[in-house]
Amino acid sequence: MHPVIDTRGLSKTYQMGRVEVPALRDATFTVERGEFVAIMGASGSGKSTLMNLLGCLDTPTAGEYHLDGINTAGLSRNAYADIRNRKIGFVFQGFNLLARTSALENVELPLLYDRSGREFDPPKAAQSALELVGLGDRLTHESNQLSGGEQQRVAIARALVNEPALVLADEPTGNLDSRTSVEIMFMLQGLNAQGITILLVTHEQDISLFTKRIVRLHDGRIIKDEPVHHRTTREEAMAQLDARGQSLGEGRDGS
Amino acid sequence: MKWSSLPKVAVRSLLKNKMRSLLTSLGIIIGVGAVIIMVAIGEGSQVAIAETINSLGTNMIMIRPSFSRMGGVSRGAGSHNRLTMDDAETLKSEATLCRWVSPVVSSGDQVIGGAGNWNTSIMGVDVDYLSIRAWELTSGEFFTERDVRARAKVAVLGKTVADELFPGQDPVGERLRIRNTPFMVIGLLTEKGEDAMGRDEDDVVMAPSTTVFYRLSGGGRIHMIVASAVSPDSLEAAQEQIIGLMRTAHKLAPAEDDDFAVNTQTEIVERASETAQVMTVLLGSIAAVSLLVGGIGIMNIMLVSVTERTREIGIRMSVGGRGSDILLQFLAEAILLSLVGGIIGILLAFGIAYALEHIWHIRTVIDPAMTVLAFSFSGVVGVFFGLYPARKAAALNPIDALRHE
Repeated sequence: MHPVIDTRGLSKTYQMGRVEVPALRDATFTVERGEFVAIMGASGSGKSTLMNLLGCLDTPTAGEYHLDGINTAGLSRNAYADIRNRKIGFVFQGFNLLARTSALENVELPLLYDRSGREFDPPKAAQSALELVGLGDRLTHESNQLSGGEQQRVAIARALVNEPALVLADEPTGNLDSRTSVEIMFMLQGLNAQGITILLVTHEQDISLFTKRIVRLHDGRIIKDEPVHHRTTREEAMAQLDARGQSLGEGRDGS
Repeated sequence: MKWSSLPKVAVRSLLKNKMRSLLTSLGIIIGVGAVIIMVAIGEGSQVAIAETINSLGTNMIMIRPSFSRMGGVSRGAGSHNRLTMDDAETLKSEATLCRWVSPVVSSGDQVIGGAGNWNTSIMGVDVDYLSIRAWELTSGEFFTERDVRARAKVAVLGKTVADELFPGQDPVGERLRIRNTPFMVIGLLTEKGEDAMGRDEDDVVMAPSTTVFYRLSGGGRIHMIVASAVSPDSLEAAQEQIIGLMRTAHKLAPAEDDDFAVNTQTEIVERASETAQVMTVLLGSIAAVSLLVGGIGIMNIMLVSVTERTREIGIRMSVGGRGSDILLQFLAEAILLSLVGGIIGILLAFGIAYALEHIWHIRTVIDPAMTVLAFSFSGVVGVFFGLYPARKAAALNPIDALRHE
């Protein structure tokens, strides 16, 4: 069984005028099926670049990337689009839902572009994905009628709807308050427990501790790759928040 | 993306921004509407001109005195009037290709009678004149051969004259005086309206040619002879025959120019419909330009829309939309806007045409071919002007598009 992510010497250098700016240098690592990995690093550490490469949104300047057994080197723009469609589910910081569009239609979107010939009943598949993230009663709500947490859950449902090999979450809690963040991370933990491989990009230590493994980037290099010995659970996080909230005298109700 | 889901995606997308979609289509709506209505007005006026000219009389031939040359010096039209009653008689008896012939003796005069007096034109004609002009009587009767021979003092009134002198009553049986000569009104003509030059044809009093010739105009010459060819096909042959007969009657040497001119209605019809055709083309091209401008409007809004929807494009690409999917979607939206605009434009044109006909009484003829053409052209405009924005959208880089604020 091949790993979900298998990179060898993955590098990306941007050309800024005459100056070459290396954003990612020689990244070699693998992610097996069922893992829950956090890519950690400060801004400018190259984690966005890595995310774009792993998400087949960008091509590396050197190195190889095998996604679910597919060598992505030298593939066309269209092939990249098809890989994104079939193998990857994205969850973004800014949710990136279509405005003035119902939750159901948002989740159906990836199925619209499916060329694999798989049999899908888009409304049905979208509905069950929304039910999976607990939004079975919000199917016809438009994105602007939903709270931040609900929007992110719609985005997660969209990422899951065509059963990808990998869910890529780019700062999924960046636009959410701490309580909602905990809920979202708890949901991702639950999905991972069902066997879904998740790769999370974050700069927050608290968030990364919900995962099983942390890969640290610094100046475009992987400097540390270690398992999380003690994963944060929902109860712990909530208790922590309650304690902090009491000490600050503000009980925020986030959802 | 499946082809079947393309219209649905495009429709949804357009409905999300109803106001913008409507404003985008407006250019096409006006363009298509203008093309159809302009051409309809042009063709309508062509038909109206043809009808007006036909109303002058079918197969009519007019013989007028022509200018004569004396040693190379033109003395102007009619300077040497050489049409006589004898000419009319000659044509009547010898012009076999003419069914009817009538001299016309004109005289402008004050007519006194009934409610007051009225200055009008007095036409002295023969009995066949009404047949030549395809004119009819509302009441009473026209004068007879016997009246003509007897120089009878009988008159037939045009609608305008009757309305002026005998408002609200049938003038038949009334009396009137022209230059102190009493006349008996024996008939009333149907309303004819304006002629091609805009002159009121109903402002006329008709009397036997001999009566006007000898009693009113003082004798001498007649102003015109009108004739009617036996059929439209023999119009030219009749014209030739008349020229020959007239030359013989006037004893013209072969080298001499005609001292008369023979014209037919067809020449006038041809010239008038040519003018109307030029007008149709002119109106049509102005409207076509507005259709083009409408297309540019679509391109404009679509370009703005691509920028405005960059993030949406990024989202679609991130979930697996290919460049071609994005291209097709934007193209479909542009075409849809054009076609819907085209349909609304056609409906608008039909509405305006109806209003023009029934409220302002302007003749319009909607050309089905033109409607189909304008509609298809609006589709072409959609493809042509939608392609550039669509290509622009398709060429976006998903990373940049996703980051677009």
